[in-house]
Amino acid sequence: MPTASAEIKVTPEIAAEHGVTREEYARIHQILGRDPNITELGIFSVMWSEHCSYKSSKVHLKRLPTRGKLVVQGPGENAGVVDIGDGLVAAFKIESHNHPSYVEPFQGATTGVGGILRDIFTMGARPIAVLDSLRFGEIVPGPGTSEEDAAKNRRILDGVIRGVASYGNCFGVPTVGGEVSFEPCYSQNPLVNALALGIARKEEIFLAKAKGIGNPVIYVGAKTGRDGIHGASLLASAEFTEESKQKRPNVQVGDPFLEKLLLEACLEAMQTGAVVAIQDMGAAGLTCSTMEMASRGGTGIEIDLAKVPQRETGMTPYEIMLSESQERMLLVAERGREHEVLEVFKKWGLDAVVVGTVTDGGIAKVLHHGQIAAEIPAHPLAEEGPVYRRPIAQPPLRHETTADWFPFAPDGTDFTANFRRLLASPAIASKRWITEQYDTSVRTNTLAGPGASDAAVVRIKDPKTGIVKCALALATDGNGRWCQLNPRVGAMHAVAEAARNVASSGARPIAATNCLNFGSPEKPDVMWQFSEAIDGLTVACSELGTPITGGNVSFYNETLGKSIYPTPVIGILGILEDASRVLKIAFRAEGDVIVLLGSLAVGLAPGSPAGGASSVPAEFAREFSSSEYSKTIAGIVAGEPPAIDLTSEKRLIDCLVALASEGCLESSHDVSDGGIAVTLAESCFASAGLGAHVSLDKDASAEFAAFNERGARCVVSVSPIKLAAVLLTARQYGVGAREIGTVHPGSALRIEYKGSAVVESPLDSLRSIWANSLERTLASK
Amino acid sequence: MKFGVVVFPGSNCDHDAFYAIGNVLDKPVEFIWHQSQELGNSDVIILPGGFAYGDYLRTGAIARFSPVMKSVEKFANGGGLVLGICNGFQILLEAGLLPGAMMRNSGLRYICRQVHIRVEQTDTPFTNAAAPGQILTIPIAHNDGNYTCEETTLAELEKNRQVIFRYTTSDGADDAAGNPNGSMGNIAGISNRERNVAGLMPHPERAVESALGSADGLVIFKSMIAALVGARKATA
Repeated sequence: MPTASAEIKVTPEIAAEHGVTREEYARIHQILGRDPNITELGIFSVMWSEHCSYKSSKVHLKRLPTRGKLVVQGPGENAGVVDIGDGLVAAFKIESHNHPSYVEPFQGATTGVGGILRDIFTMGARPIAVLDSLRFGEIVPGPGTSEEDAAKNRRILDGVIRGVASYGNCFGVPTVGGEVSFEPCYSQNPLVNALALGIARKEEIFLAKAKGIGNPVIYVGAKTGRDGIHGASLLASAEFTEESKQKRPNVQVGDPFLEKLLLEACLEAMQTGAVVAIQDMGAAGLTCSTMEMASRGGTGIEIDLAKVPQRETGMTPYEIMLSESQERMLLVAERGREHEVLEVFKKWGLDAVVVGTVTDGGIAKVLHHGQIAAEIPAHPLAEEGPVYRRPIAQPPLRHETTADWFPFAPDGTDFTANFRRLLASPAIASKRWITEQYDTSVRTNTLAGPGASDAAVVRIKDPKTGIVKCALALATDGNGRWCQLNPRVGAMHAVAEAARNVASSGARPIAATNCLNFGSPEKPDVMWQFSEAIDGLTVACSELGTPITGGNVSFYNETLGKSIYPTPVIGILGILEDASRVLKIAFRAEGDVIVLLGSLAVGLAPGSPAGGASSVPAEFAREFSSSEYSKTIAGIVAGEPPAIDLTSEKRLIDCLVALASEGCLESSHDVSDGGIAVTLAESCFASAGLGAHVSLDKDASAEFAAFNERGARCVVSVSPIKLAAVLLTARQYGVGAREIGTVHPGSALRIEYKGSAVVESPLDSLRSIWANSLERTLASK
Repeated sequence: MKFGVVVFPGSNCDHDAFYAIGNVLDKPVEFIWHQSQELGNSDVIILPGGFAYGDYLRTGAIARFSPVMKSVEKFANGGGLVLGICNGFQILLEAGLLPGAMMRNSGLRYICRQVHIRVEQTDTPFTNAAAPGQILTIPIAHNDGNYTCEETTLAELEKNRQVIFRYTTSDGADDAAGNPNGSMGNIAGISNRERNVAGLMPHPERAVESALGSADGLVIFKSMIAALVGARKATA
């Protein structure tokens, strides 16, 4: 067969350099009935890379619940789609861009955001919000982190933040939420997970399925260059080594301005009715978009690479097919109406070229100057790639004794000094310095931006009339430390916390998206973590009624053989029918009653002694050792995450949604990192100079009471006249409700335990520690 | 009375201005494509925020050469009302319709947050509905909002009362603490000498409903409406 790249003879060694195993190479041979040429090998290698094929995760992902009453489109398309009523749908998905963000933080982060935005508008939905879930190595020196490491981590963080900001701000989508946390394990491998949400009319959703034999295939957007070749296969599908820095040319370069034009042009082109199918060129660029469109549509496709707009001269078919140049799309138009589509792109000043046609017979044929550069059956390539049932092995159980666990101080101790350290720790401190670099208010929909509510809340305007229909809430969560200690329980907590955060904003959780960040799937203990996490997600998403509609898997998050903590990040979407009922965390008025909803006091087993430190039961110390407080104050990361009770979580969620819709609550803030003391302080900080007096007498020990992180709890404030109604509703939902204190005008926070202060301080001094700590650390480079 | 919102490639607050005028204030409004020579009989032209032409080269530097800018210039020179918001302000500076220039924020970072601005002049079509010295809470969202100009220009601006908005603290102090971006004289917005062209960095179109955190931006739109109604009465 004459090929354009006949000069390079493919050997198993060359295949191995492409990450193609001997067995996979044999399979390629079987599909083609011959040896592949170098372009074909390149195509197979990216399509069958871990990043694109999910070959190690597929067998596990099948267990996830993906169906639900409101799910319009589950996993497998560019984004999940759910029905939000009034003829509107929400498209949303989260994706990782971890490896590129380590190699080149700014461009890695920009193209991560760019990629997920394209996934959304490819569906025909206009992006209206972005959230970022970020994990970095420690940014202050400490155990296991040298000053040099900390400085490097600060630089990575700075580049990532600037990247996220640069892309979203220019594109014109508000970055409304997410989380940032820090662990030494992310030092060589930060996590950059970006979630985007878009809105469309239900009947106007587009899919990536080639249809109609003879229909033209149109290439639109940026020109193809030599950037990002093998980004997906070599960067995202292998662990880091000392040489990884040399992979900088594999990182793509983003242009948000071009993407903004592409967005407007694509949405306008879709309105012509002449667009049949559309697919963005993300990972594996032209290869993935052509092969997947044909495979999903059950058709063939023929394209001529000579027609592809190119930024550089002399590009080979191999380079053109594998380039990951950003801001490009492939679409199929109705034959005879292509000029309508081309017109729109011309108006926006974008390249749009007919590069091929949809064919029958299922063969993807790639021509270059009249010669066949590749000829591959599309369906076997896209759908019959390797699937691995990787070996799984549970690592040996950790043998811990009470000596490994957190040593509680005796009741009666004043923990204010510890609390100040906790408020200053990067994980707890205000993220304002970061979030102010994001445009949070463009599109005028942001009802609750970063930190205002437990979830980000945006209102939904009808795309045609601008009339406000409802509001959507989004939260992302994932506690790597807990997943490291117990991946199944940790994953369940991630779902529960994200759902609780959404409910705490007043919205009913309806669907989920997940980004699964793990180490090498070739390691049996990593696969055990993965499998356990999937089981945890499956149970939690089923119980809480939030099916998984999409997401991605990021393996090989390790450097020099050391894995990150297993970090499943969950994004949960909720709906608030009445956009005026958003709940925020800020206390509103003095005299309001502070009520702890959810699991009641953590009491002692009957007969246990109460009082001094030694009397605290061992299981409390075990779970407390996994808390943020334990890590920050004692440097102890051990034990187990708190036990999780999904029934209680579900009851609390339903109760919060009911209370919000009845308008019974003045504020709501869930208990999570740093425990109830941090929850209370944040509700004070967000208020206009209000303080709180709270008593936690019913708990087991003072330190545990103030700082434990058990789930299924939420601190709400209630106006006294509504208290009875709140307590009644809580009882109806089977949710515990305990009055723990009141909102005070005095601008001080006092948390007491059996009469003595656990934390007592004027708010101003606490606030200044909390508000300025991150800026002090990051701005003083 | 009709508002026209210019759409440059890269404008991203065009929909927000359109929504504020059309949905919140219920006034006629339409988009004007940057390649248009016509302004569609608009009575007010809004140059919206965003990153026109990606802000490549310099903010607003390429947009000022868009075909529509010739018509906007003519419209302004004929006394028509033109308001540039954020990137629109930057474009007006580049086009020479307003004096001065923008530098990168003094902190060298993009800043998005609610700020306070004081209305310095109320005898302009953009501020006539405000109380003298009124403090407005309006968000900023920009990278390059550090206003600068020649000392002599600044003196002229002050002398002719062309500084119409100044950044302040919440208590109204126009000191360094109230200045988010290093702007000379805490300048947040200026007008031309004839008072029919104005630009400001804060986004009044993002502050039009209390659900969004503030409705203080409405006073600027209501001022323009009042000015047009007044002008119509005067000619009737």
